[in-house]
Amino acid sequence: MQSCEYQQIDPQALPTPTPTPPPHHGNDVNKREEPKRPRRKWQVFPGKNRFYCDGRIMVARESGVLPLTLGLILITSGLFFIFDCPFLVKHLTSCIPVIGGGLFVFVVITLLQTSLTDPGILPRATPDEAADIEKQIDNTGNASYRPPPRTKEVLINQQVVKLKYCFSCKMFRPPRTSHCSLCDNCVERFDHHCPWVGNCVGKRNYRFFYTFIVSLSFLTAFIFGCVTTHLALRAQGGKGLVFAVQESPGSAVELVICFFSVWSILGLSGFHTYLVASNLTTNEDIKGSWSGKSGEGVTNPYSHKNIFINCCSVLCGPMPPSLIDRRGFLPTDESVQTGGVSIELPALAAKSEINVCTQGTKGLLESATLPPLLSTSCPQGKPQTAYTCPDSSPAVNSDPSPQLSTSCGARHTASSRDNTSPPRHTKTRSKKSKLAALHIPNPSFDVPVSPTSPDAGPSFIPMH
Amino acid sequence: MATEFHNLQELRHSASLANKVFIQRDYSEGTTCRFQTKFPSELESRIERTLFEDTVKTLNNYYAQAEKIGGQSYLEGCLACATAYLIFLCMETRYEKVLKKIAKYIQEQNEKIYAPRGLLITDPIERGMRVIEISIYEDRGSSGSSSGSSSVSGSTAR
Repeated sequence: MQSCEYQQIDPQALPTPTPTPPPHHGNDVNKREEPKRPRRKWQVFPGKNRFYCDGRIMVARESGVLPLTLGLILITSGLFFIFDCPFLVKHLTSCIPVIGGGLFVFVVITLLQTSLTDPGILPRATPDEAADIEKQIDNTGNASYRPPPRTKEVLINQQVVKLKYCFSCKMFRPPRTSHCSLCDNCVERFDHHCPWVGNCVGKRNYRFFYTFIVSLSFLTAFIFGCVTTHLALRAQGGKGLVFAVQESPGSAVELVICFFSVWSILGLSGFHTYLVASNLTTNEDIKGSWSGKSGEGVTNPYSHKNIFINCCSVLCGPMPPSLIDRRGFLPTDESVQTGGVSIELPALAAKSEINVCTQGTKGLLESATLPPLLSTSCPQGKPQTAYTCPDSSPAVNSDPSPQLSTSCGARHTASSRDNTSPPRHTKTRSKKSKLAALHIPNPSFDVPVSPTSPDAGPSFIPMH
Repeated sequence: MATEFHNLQELRHSASLANKVFIQRDYSEGTTCRFQTKFPSELESRIERTLFEDTVKTLNNYYAQAEKIGGQSYLEGCLACATAYLIFLCMETRYEKVLKKIAKYIQEQNEKIYAPRGLLITDPIERGMRVIEISIYEDRGSSGSSSGSSSVSGSTAR
């Protein structure tokens, strides 16, 4: 009788009305409405990053002063081309705008690459990995009620290096990796978080960053030189600097900007050249990890002891891949898709409706009494998927269960992402639990679950 | 290829996941990608030590090849710098080529050696290059419970 109710409400409740659930599920999930589309991994990324172009471009959530940096570069270069280039081309050489243009393009491209590239983010540990690490830590005999700070010592090129345990990412950080609190990510070969660029600088984008600051220092020095020459030429013949500035006001603005920025940028370039030559990161330099302050015989174990090789390995080394696979699809949808055989569906759907219904009422009762904690929602999620695909239950249990718990885990850190249907379902049920007992609309919340619970995907979004 | 893949699917369908073993990174030579070749105790009854060590050593060699700094990588790096690194948008880097080779190698190892023994290797790239995850499956029909069964409830309940 309950299944009859569901079937009646089904066409109205769903945005794309279909006669029966089985053919609905048999279609490619992509063709369904928005919540049924397989989600990409960037949509459930736990760190504080923003993604554009369907995951192709990423920035830190706090863009810092990147717009200011871009604005300054564009304004200064624009003024240079408008006010100085025509005069200098007439009086000196036409190479000047060519060189200026080339440098400008180089600067903007490398800036955008530094800002929009994955700096070398390490994906967080899966729950199985985290459990394995916890087991290993416990085995080493730290049975005190207050767990000590978790460190592990490794020997790198005969140098003792301490690896720290990252509580956010639930893993021991590899050497030279640091957790950026602004981006909430562990970044490999973490250099620093640059507010001018609006992103962390790490293993993957350090070469872009270095090229950016070196080319920017050339550009700034070049513009400064050109503007000075321009004003000097205009002021010739006893006309005076004031006259020259009056004739070309843009040059005065450029002069001020370049004068103040050239020293800091040149200084930064010089500092990073030193870091590159000694294969150090800003982080290590500031902390003095290898300067010998902490003890004797402490040397940088990563240096190749040769300036040329250090430079080449940092700047011209192989480009490591991005480890976070932003555009990959979430395995939960895929594995359930492959697990759901279309032949079995009529029986499955009927079964699932009944089981989900009982789960639903159970869940309502539970959620009415308990606060909608994520920990309670996760175990609820697992029986649901087990019921819906009995034939492929090993697959569903073995594969998505880590992913379900991963996505539950991801929800712990991501504030606004809905990953799995069960936790969301519990939350909505808890909101509506007071209305649950008497009102028919309540089963309507369960109805979308039945045909879509095999997906174990977020299917309630259009309902809310 | 389709039939072999089918075998792996069958493995997942007919067996239940008993335990997972994680082979950690070996940092003794720096931050280059290397995995420990120490044979984990959980695999003692499942696979020969030499086969396992061969797999890990071959993987380590592949990663060393990908991260080697030499003539070719310098050329690639300098060319990339000259084009303002735009070349990375069009060209597949050497690292990516080697990663494809690794994926193929792991697939092959799984089909030929590990799946028949009820094991499955996960490509390290899917775990952020932190670990090599080896899943241990138990036959559903087998009555004997492995020592990992207690940890099944522990790990899956999390």
